[in-house]
Amino acid sequence: MGKLSKVIASSIALLSTAVFSEYGLNMTEGVTSISHDIYDLHMMVFWVCVVIAAIVFGAMFYSVFAHRKSKGAVAAQFHESTKAEILWTLVPVVILVGMAIPASKTLIDLEDTSKAEMTVKVTGHQWKWQYDYPKEGISFISNLAKTSKDSVASDIDNLNNENYKTGATSVDNYLLEVDKRLVLPVDTSIRFLITSNDVIHNWWVLDFGVKQDANPGFINDAWAKVDKIGTYRGQCAELCGKDHGFMPIVVDVVSKADYAKWVEKEQASAAAAIASATQVWSKADLMSKGKKVYESNCAGCHKMDGSGMPPIFPAIKDSAIANGIASEHMTIVLHGKAGMPTFKMLGDADLASVITYERNAFGNTGSVVQPSDVKSAR
Amino acid sequence: MTTATASHDTHHGPEKGLMRWVKTTNHKDIGTLYLWFAFSMLLIGGALAMGIRMELLQPGLQLMEPQFFNQLTTMHGLIMVFGAIMPAFVGLGNWLIPMMVGAPDMALPRMNNWSFWILPFAGGLLLSTFFMEGGAPAFGWTFYAPLSTTFAPDSTDFFIFAVHLLGFSSIMGAINIIATVLNMRAPAMKLMDMPLFVWTWLITSFLLIGAMPVLAGAVTMMLTDRNFGTAFFDATGGGDPVMFQHIFWFFGHPEVYIMILPAFGVVSHIIPTFSRKPLFGYSSMVYATASIAFLSYIVWAHHMFLTGMPVAGELYFMYATMLIAVPTGVKVFNWISTMWRGSMTFETPMLWAISFVFLFTIGGFSGLMLGIAPADIQYHDTYFVVAHFHYVLVTGALWSIIAATFYWLPKWTGKMYNESLAKIHFWWAVISVNVLFFPQHFLGLAGMPRRIPDYSLQFADFNFISSIGGFAFGASFILFTYIVFDCIRNGKPATARPWEGAKGLEWTLAPKAQYHSFNTPPSRELIESESQHS
Amino acid sequence: MSEKQYYIPEGTYWPIIGSIGITTLLVGFANQMHGVSWGSSVMVLGFAITVFMLFGWLGQVVNESVNGKYNAQVDRSFRWGMSWFIFSEVMFFAAFFGALFYARTLSVPWLGGADNNVFTPELWNGFSASWQQIAFSTPGTVLQSGTAISIPTELVAATGLPALNTILLLLSGVTLTFAHHALRTDNRNHVVGWLIATIALGVAFLGFQVVEYGHAYATGLKLTSGIYGSTFYMLTGFHGFHVSLGVIMLTVILFRVQKGHFSSDNHFAFEGVAWYWHFVDVVWLGLFVFVYWV
Ligand code: HEA
Ligand code: HEA
Ligand code: HEC
Ligand code: CUA
Ligand SMILES: [Cu+2]
Repeated sequence: MGKLSKVIASSIALLSTAVFSEYGLNMTEGVTSISHDIYDLHMMVFWVCVVIAAIVFGAMFYSVFAHRKSKGAVAAQFHESTKAEILWTLVPVVILVGMAIPASKTLIDLEDTSKAEMTVKVTGHQWKWQYDYPKEGISFISNLAKTSKDSVASDIDNLNNENYKTGATSVDNYLLEVDKRLVLPVDTSIRFLITSNDVIHNWWVLDFGVKQDANPGFINDAWAKVDKIGTYRGQCAELCGKDHGFMPIVVDVVSKADYAKWVEKEQASAAAAIASATQVWSKADLMSKGKKVYESNCAGCHKMDGSGMPPIFPAIKDSAIANGIASEHMTIVLHGKAGMPTFKMLGDADLASVITYERNAFGNTGSVVQPSDVKSAR
Repeated sequence: MTTATASHDTHHGPEKGLMRWVKTTNHKDIGTLYLWFAFSMLLIGGALAMGIRMELLQPGLQLMEPQFFNQLTTMHGLIMVFGAIMPAFVGLGNWLIPMMVGAPDMALPRMNNWSFWILPFAGGLLLSTFFMEGGAPAFGWTFYAPLSTTFAPDSTDFFIFAVHLLGFSSIMGAINIIATVLNMRAPAMKLMDMPLFVWTWLITSFLLIGAMPVLAGAVTMMLTDRNFGTAFFDATGGGDPVMFQHIFWFFGHPEVYIMILPAFGVVSHIIPTFSRKPLFGYSSMVYATASIAFLSYIVWAHHMFLTGMPVAGELYFMYATMLIAVPTGVKVFNWISTMWRGSMTFETPMLWAISFVFLFTIGGFSGLMLGIAPADIQYHDTYFVVAHFHYVLVTGALWSIIAATFYWLPKWTGKMYNESLAKIHFWWAVISVNVLFFPQHFLGLAGMPRRIPDYSLQFADFNFISSIGGFAFGASFILFTYIVFDCIRNGKPATARPWEGAKGLEWTLAPKAQYHSFNTPPSRELIESESQHS
Repeated sequence: MSEKQYYIPEGTYWPIIGSIGITTLLVGFANQMHGVSWGSSVMVLGFAITVFMLFGWLGQVVNESVNGKYNAQVDRSFRWGMSWFIFSEVMFFAAFFGALFYARTLSVPWLGGADNNVFTPELWNGFSASWQQIAFSTPGTVLQSGTAISIPTELVAATGLPALNTILLLLSGVTLTFAHHALRTDNRNHVVGWLIATIALGVAFLGFQVVEYGHAYATGLKLTSGIYGSTFYMLTGFHGFHVSLGVIMLTVILFRVQKGHFSSDNHFAFEGVAWYWHFVDVVWLGLFVFVYWV
């Protein structure tokens, strides 16, 4: 009961503080030439519909008011006019042709990715995005940020929290924050290669006018040239299972110089990760790193406490594999199995630590796995 | 004797007891069964929708796990489409078509019984998945592979079989209607004398027979992909998940017109009646319906603009889709010309019909916007689409079903419903449904994806409004149920032709239409004087 | 009965029995696929109920027909019903033909990089698209880029058994037409003879089809060997299933002819089955051309 009354109370609070002006009623114009074109098309078609609606509904309501029996209207008996039929067939055709021409132009333009100056490969996973910069040799995974979800999430009390009401600070991007953002240079034509590793996802950034299905086994492409520095957010736009609503996209568009710096930093840390993977790690280090990797990559299905969601997602707690021989555990994590995705895109150190974590957390009593073990198991 | 003939046994009435309904071969009994089945499914599907709106009332996960939310969405869509709207139209067809074409019954009455009696089993199979391990299907009513193949729970196979059964039932129903219209029609009635409801249903039957078997093929391939190692929708074996979408939408797009053409038919009866004026442009209405049906077979991939089709394909599907606005426009213009300079009164059926024209057209406009391929990049899979299809389905298909219920209820029961309550119900529903669905346009344009259980804060206000509208609209069905029961129990006796301007053979029957409609075919004079275009 | 009177059958239990039968069958089947022990027995039970229903229902119809309860109008309703039923079957096959065309001319070439899929081959190291080499890894497993293995299988040749089978089926269409002519001229013995010939040709077709499957299997083409195997076996399999139904129906007709059920001008059941047989025949021609030949 307490829950319900809180919902009601906070709803009232919500309504009273809510300022409508803050909420767009319309599509955003976006920051690429394509998104501008789309916006223009949208507005054009919208206004055409409004005009037609005004005429059609105008006529209808006029007759509803003027031709009513209570006003003494006597029904006319006309019921056919070939001329009228031809007219209202042809006029819409002309209007439609008028819409089709600019629409075709935009469509052809946005499908032409040949002008691209750089390429980013986007791979959808249940339920996170993987970004690869093939030329730069950068690759990482981007998950929903824990802070973002925890800030409200299932905790209803947070609805009364001050941040929430004012829509300020971290809660502002509730469900729209990631642990690692995609970084792109401004004023550069970027080709996105979009694919998936399991089910169909859809990579969508509203402000770019880019939305493209990520089909497993096929690579689709799209492009964008962003003309404004800033942070842009999007979401997966194809139902992809349980956490479809929780795989956001955040893109930082930065100056070309900042971008170059970022690339350098990423490459350096990638090199460091490779180096550290050759060392022998202590169990404590593996466990603490493993916990982080687990929570961002695995807990979505196997749950924070390792209890899973049987029968679809098995528990890790007391699992035969997590308590059994390490090689089987590494195989299933590296290569996946049915609903269990492959995680071979993670680094050796990450995998070793998450596997060690799974084998020793939740009361499990498995062995320790070192990065070198993972490396040889690949 | 097993026959009802003109010479004797005119009062051949129904059997008594429960078995009457199990064994019946009578089109009115079967129509009634269909209508009650559809109504219960509407309540179940609506209750699921209430669950959806409850969860979406506010940001945060208050009531359910995301997986369960997806089950609600999926089953809501499936139950509404296959359980509520389609059976309701078949029910109307069963009740009305034999009366309208001057026949005693349907052409294949025993098969008619089977068409119905498959439904409770199929519906039961579908609903039972909620109680299975792993839960009900959670991949959307469009069940895209591979989410519905490799990544789906075991209950999916039951869902597949339920779809097989539903398809089988629909195909038999459609065959029956074709045979009835073409073969049982009064000999004196020419095709171009048929009322529009009959025409639209005849054309819908062709859509059903063309589309449902393709759906059966799609789910069969799903079944073998899931259980027997085929690779139709699996790129690791040379198949393509997008191929599933092509096959699905080859069915799916005609399907949405299956749900709207009979609605067009219903409205084409009600508007002339209460305008006291013949339907304007009868023959162009028939041709427009046929064109819509034809076009509906060649536009399916407008649901797939983002799948990565080659540009040529996208252009083609965009043009073809836009074309559908033309015949649909013809229908809208004809309805308005019918009202023009009529002598209108606004009994409940007319209120529903007029709001149908208004609200369906709004849904049509958003459909046209979706059809513009580049713009669909921003609309696709957002609440803009959800708003679009609820305008055409709820304030289109469902609206016409409610309108038809009020319009023909006197003929079904021999009694009148309570007009003032019915008007309250109408205003209540028409206002709340717009509170429910109109804000969803804004949500979609602002970028809220569909099929998500939780959303970021900028979407909170409109979701809140939409949910409140949803609860109000849901509650309107309690009143609706009351009105219908009240009419059946306590309604005042109706006359044979309770609406002043009504035309059509059904109004020449007894106030409560007799068990077998026309035991002798109606005469040419009668048909002419009751025709829609004279 | 005269044309002026309408025929309306009395109430019936057969439909609900049919629904129970089919539902039982399907529930059993689903459970059997999920490895539940009672699955197959329930499936058999459902099948039995369904067969019982078919015998009972059709038996009743035959009875009524033989007793002259049906008039010309009922006959026409049956005709409309049967033709549109066959049309729905055509659309069912169309779905599978559609899958064949789509995979063969679009998705397989796309996997090899055709059209707007220039980047797709990055996922499939060393794969070159060709229709008969299309299994990369076991279907149904998680996608893993870079693990393309092509398993070459030979295309099943059109010459040989498929060509022979085409001739058999076409011949059976002819013999059935002869039987029909004989029926119209009331030559009962010829009807029986031609019908037996038709059935024999159908059975021979099925036999060769089994042999053909054996060959295909031996060259490594299985239902599980990628899209080629999937389309090949599903199309030919469903067709074979329909031929089997056709043979059963023809056999029933044969018995009914011997019982003297049909007259020279009233034999809808015969014609309905004949239409069905011709439909099966035409589907085969499609198969022969698109699955085996082209
Ligand atoms: C009854 C059901 C129904 C009806 C009638 C329609 C009608 C139309 N629909 Fe809709 N549609 C659905 C049900 C329906 N739809 C459903 C259920 C979905 C979602 C499926 C899912 O993904 O779950 C969908 C989705 C959908 C999409 C895919 C969106 C996406 O997922 O990205 C598209 C895209 O083109 C579309 C287009 C259209 C068009 C162009 C019409 C046209 O027929 C509309 C024509 C009518 C008018 C245009 C108005 C009247 C005309 C005039 C007054 C004449 C003058 C007008 C002009 C010249 C502009 N629909
Ligand atoms: C065909 C017809 C149809 C109809 C009539 C409706 C009716 C309604 N629909 Fe739905 N809907 C679909 C077809 C339909 N829908 C489809 C195809 C989808 C897509 C599914 C998918 O994505 O796969 C969808 C999806 C869909 C969504 C999006 C879900 C998502 O993307 O996650 C939402 C959200 O608001 C919604 C809401 C509603 C509401 C509030 C109603 C209301 O109009 C319902 C009103 C009726 C009632 C409420 C019944 C009354 C019940 C009682 C009186 C019993 C007492 C119950 C309570 C009040 C609790 N529908
Ligand atoms: C998309 C959901 C999902 C995610 C994310 C996921 N798993 Fe799994 N996991 C599964 C499923 C489904 C299975 C069952 C596979 C099967 O046996 O069919 C599974 C099985 C396992 C098993 C075997 C358990 C047993 O006893 O059978 C282990 C170990 C495992 N996963 C580890 C991981 C690790 C480590 C991660 C993160 C790095 C992870 N999983 C992330 C879905 C997931
Ligand atoms: Cu990924 Cu939705
Ligand atoms: Cu469509």
